Order: sequence, then C-alpha cells, then structure tokens
Amino acid sequence: MMMQRISELLRQLGAYFTGMIWRLGFAARFFILILKHSGTSFRRFHLTVREMYFTGVQSLIIIVVSGLFVGMVLGLQGYDTLVRYGSSEALGVLVALSLVRELGPVVAGLLFASRAGSAITAEIGLMKATEQLDAMEMMAVDPIARVVAPRFWAGVISMPLLAALFSAMGIFGGYLVGVRMIGVDEGSFWSQMQSAVDFDEDILNGVIKSFVFGIAITWIAVFEGYDAPPTAEGVSGATTRTVVTSSLSVLALDFVLTALMFRGN
Amino acid sequence: MSTGNLVEVDNVTFGYDQRAVLRQISLNIPKGKVVAIMGLSGCGKTTLLRLIGGSVRPQHGEVRVAGQIVNELSPDQLYLLRRKMGMLFQFGALFTDISSFENVAFQIREHTDLPEALIRDLALMKLQAVGLRGASQLMPSELSGGMARRVALARSIALDPMLMLYDEPFAGLDPISLGVIGQLIRRLNESLGATSIIVTHDVAEALQIVDYVYFMSEGVVIAQGTAGEIRASGEAFVHQFVHGEVDGPVAFDYPARALREDMLTAEAA
Repeated sequence: MMMQRISELLRQLGAYFTGMIWRLGFAARFFILILKHSGTSFRRFHLTVREMYFTGVQSLIIIVVSGLFVGMVLGLQGYDTLVRYGSSEALGVLVALSLVRELGPVVAGLLFASRAGSAITAEIGLMKATEQLDAMEMMAVDPIARVVAPRFWAGVISMPLLAALFSAMGIFGGYLVGVRMIGVDEGSFWSQMQSAVDFDEDILNGVIKSFVFGIAITWIAVFEGYDAPPTAEGVSGATTRTVVTSSLSVLALDFVLTALMFRGN
Repeated sequence: MSTGNLVEVDNVTFGYDQRAVLRQISLNIPKGKVVAIMGLSGCGKTTLLRLIGGSVRPQHGEVRVAGQIVNELSPDQLYLLRRKMGMLFQFGALFTDISSFENVAFQIREHTDLPEALIRDLALMKLQAVGLRGASQLMPSELSGGMARRVALARSIALDPMLMLYDEPFAGLDPISLGVIGQLIRRLNESLGATSIIVTHDVAEALQIVDYVYFMSEGVVIAQGTAGEIRASGEAFVHQFVHGEVDGPVAFDYPARALREDMLTAEAA
C-alpha cells in the first residue's frame, strides 16, 4: 500500500516535470516561429505601431506614477541613511544608480507584465476561444504573422522605453523630495550624479536588462495566450500564469544579468 | 478522378488521441451544389469540415478539393487554396476590435494591393449582398446575433470563393434570421457560381435549401439522398432525426447502471 502510494507520487512528479519540459519545447518552437514570421511586423510597421499604442502608450500612466513614487521613497530613505555618514549630497548618485541599474528595468518590467502582459494573453486567448484565429487561418492569413508577431515586437520595443521613462520619473521624484522638500544642495545633487553615472556601465546595462525583460515578458504573454485552452477558465488561467511566470522570470533574469554585468567589482 | 466533383473525401479515417471520429468515410460534393452534412452533435461532421479546410490532416485516406490533395499540400500551397475557400464559423468569429466594414475588407487588404477606393466599393458591395451596407460602421459588439452572422458571411465571400463551408450556420438564430441566412446561402451559391457545404443539425431549415444530404453517425455516412428522399427515408435513425423523436435508435438514456442498483448504493453511502 505504502509502496503503491510512493510510486504513484513519483509518477505524478515525473508527469509534472515532463509536461513542463514539453511546454518549454513548444514555447521555444513558438519563439522561432515568431521570429520567422516577423517580416510582416516590420514591412507593415503600422500593425506594430497600433499594438505599441495598446501595450506601451496605455501603460504610461502606471509607469509614470509608480516611477515618481518609487523615486520619492528612494529620496526619503536614501537621505535618511546618507545623512548618518554626512554624505547627503550623494543622494543624486544613489537615486540615479538604483533606478538606472535595477529598479527602473525591474519594477517597470513587473508593472509591464501585469498591465500589458496580462492584456496580451487575455486578448489572444479570447481571439482563440471565439475562433477568430481559426477564421484568420481559413482566410489564408497566418495568425502568428498577423496577430502574434506585431504584439511581440511592440512589447519588445515598448519595454526599454517604459523602463527609461520610469527611471527618469524616479530621478525627478528623488529630486522633488531630496532637493525641494529636504533641502539637499541642488548643484551637488545633479553634478555628483552626472560624474558618477557611467553611460556604458550603468545606463547601457540598464537598457540591455529592460530589453531582455521585454523579450521574456512578451514571449510568455503571447505564448500563454496562443496556448490557452479555448474556454473561460482556460483564458483566465493563462492570464494568471503570464503574470506569475513573467514576474518570476524578470526577477531571475535580473539576478543572472546583474551577476554577468557587475560581478561584484 | 471525376470532373463533376469539387470535393472528394476518399476513405478517410481520423481521430483525436485514441478516439476515432471518422471511420473510413467517403463522400463527394458535386460542383455547383449545396450539400448538407447532418448528424448528431459529436458525430464528426465539424471535423469533416476541418479536414476539407485543411486545418487537420487525416490519418488515412485523401481529401481532394478542386483536384488537389489537401492533406499533402505544403503550408504555402494550402494558403493559396484557402484563398478560394470561404468559411462561416458557428458564431461568426468576427474580429471584435474592428468595424463590420473592416472585417469584410480584411481579406481584400491582406491579399490584394487594390487602391483604398476600390476596397471600399468591394466591401460595401459584399455588405449590400447580405443587406447590411447600412451597418458597415458598427462594431461587432453592436450587432445582433443574426446580423453578426450575416457580416461574417459577407466577410467569407469577400474574395468570391469557389467553395463555401458553413459550420452550423443556423445555430442560435431567431426564426427570421434563420430564414434570411438560409436564403442567403442558396442565393450566394447561385450568384457566386460556388459550391457549398453546410454542416448542421437543423433539419427543417436545411432540407428547404439543399440539393443533397449526407447523414452521418459515429463517423460514417449512414444515409444520403435529396431532400425529398431524406424526408421519406425508412431508415430508423434518419426518421428519428428528421422528426425529432425522443426515443429510437438514439436512446433517451445515457448508458448507466441499473436504476435500482444506483439508488441502493447511494443509500448505502
């Protein structure tokens, strides 16, 4: 009896993992299909621009407001710590580096996953459930080229822009709190930031991060949508999985990228 | 191969996983005719339509459309063939993010380089054919079920197909819309010079407009004939189906244990 239970448990565990690996394989093949059918997204760029409006422009409010608040909190917390060491003028450096290197790409990525990623999954999933994708195929139009690829590229292009905007708003928030409210010297706030933030080391690495996050999030979002069971609960489950999986991927990828880029030296 | 048939299904077997849906089924659709494929839900008739459209491939046998073996075409060849096919989906499957007009214009825009003015005229003509030119600027969410079905019909004939596939075109429609769709199917078939295949279980409506009927049950054709022959059929299943009788070869009860046995176990538990 006991043995039976254990073997049943092992079998379930095995089935779970092989299932996961299968799905990973499907996702990888799907990614290659997207790349193969990306021609349309660029030849008819207005298709991609239209999706950039939905994924990028409509995410602006959440990105701008969150960026501002995160920057303001950084200003408060940073000042509180720095003032103990008598180096409160370094506040600009602290705010800028935290945002450009880490918080900009990561928090913007998490917000993007829950705002735009979930919307992409739900839209594609519902298009599948209501046979719109089948109808498109019967009209001899490839849904991957016409529906999936433009959304993918729109996300990949939007994400670094949103992350940059998030960082910019954050720095502005830090400035508001640090300089305007608390009274840190404005000249040193900006000049120290200017001399300490390196273009290649900090800004470019941040942009690379946000670009990678953009690929990961939109890839997961379009795949989950396309792979969703064509039912109400199927689409809702896929939407949840998009948010959970892409958020975790952003955090995991961030660690990997940070380790590669900064290596603690 | 004979020249009189536009579609030939030859000895086709198909199944999902281990469950066989079609068993060595063969049938022909003559050019220019409106043919119905009838049967109970789940008898494999929609699958047959998907095979003809090339969305799924048979495990054995051949599906030929206009002399081409559908299941052996490359994706590009299949897409070329599909440009000459129109399909009306059960609930229309209109693109919900664009207007009726854009839905109809979709295929024209995708497959041709026509100037905007011409696309506009073509799309409006197709909408006129289904009587909905006035609704061209409405979004799919603003259309009633019957209107949505008609817009979808206009969309599927946008490129003047030679073969029209209808998946349950009558499902869920009020009597007036039902009659309208029925008449449109017949009329469009004549004016396009097309061939139509209707998959349906709506006997009364279908028998009024079709030239020929195939009856399917459990993956095989069990009866066929003209509308009159089907109405008069002595075959027990066809009789039950056409007249909508509760009991017959298709039993009312889903297979189960004996009632007494079921009740007693329930009490014991």
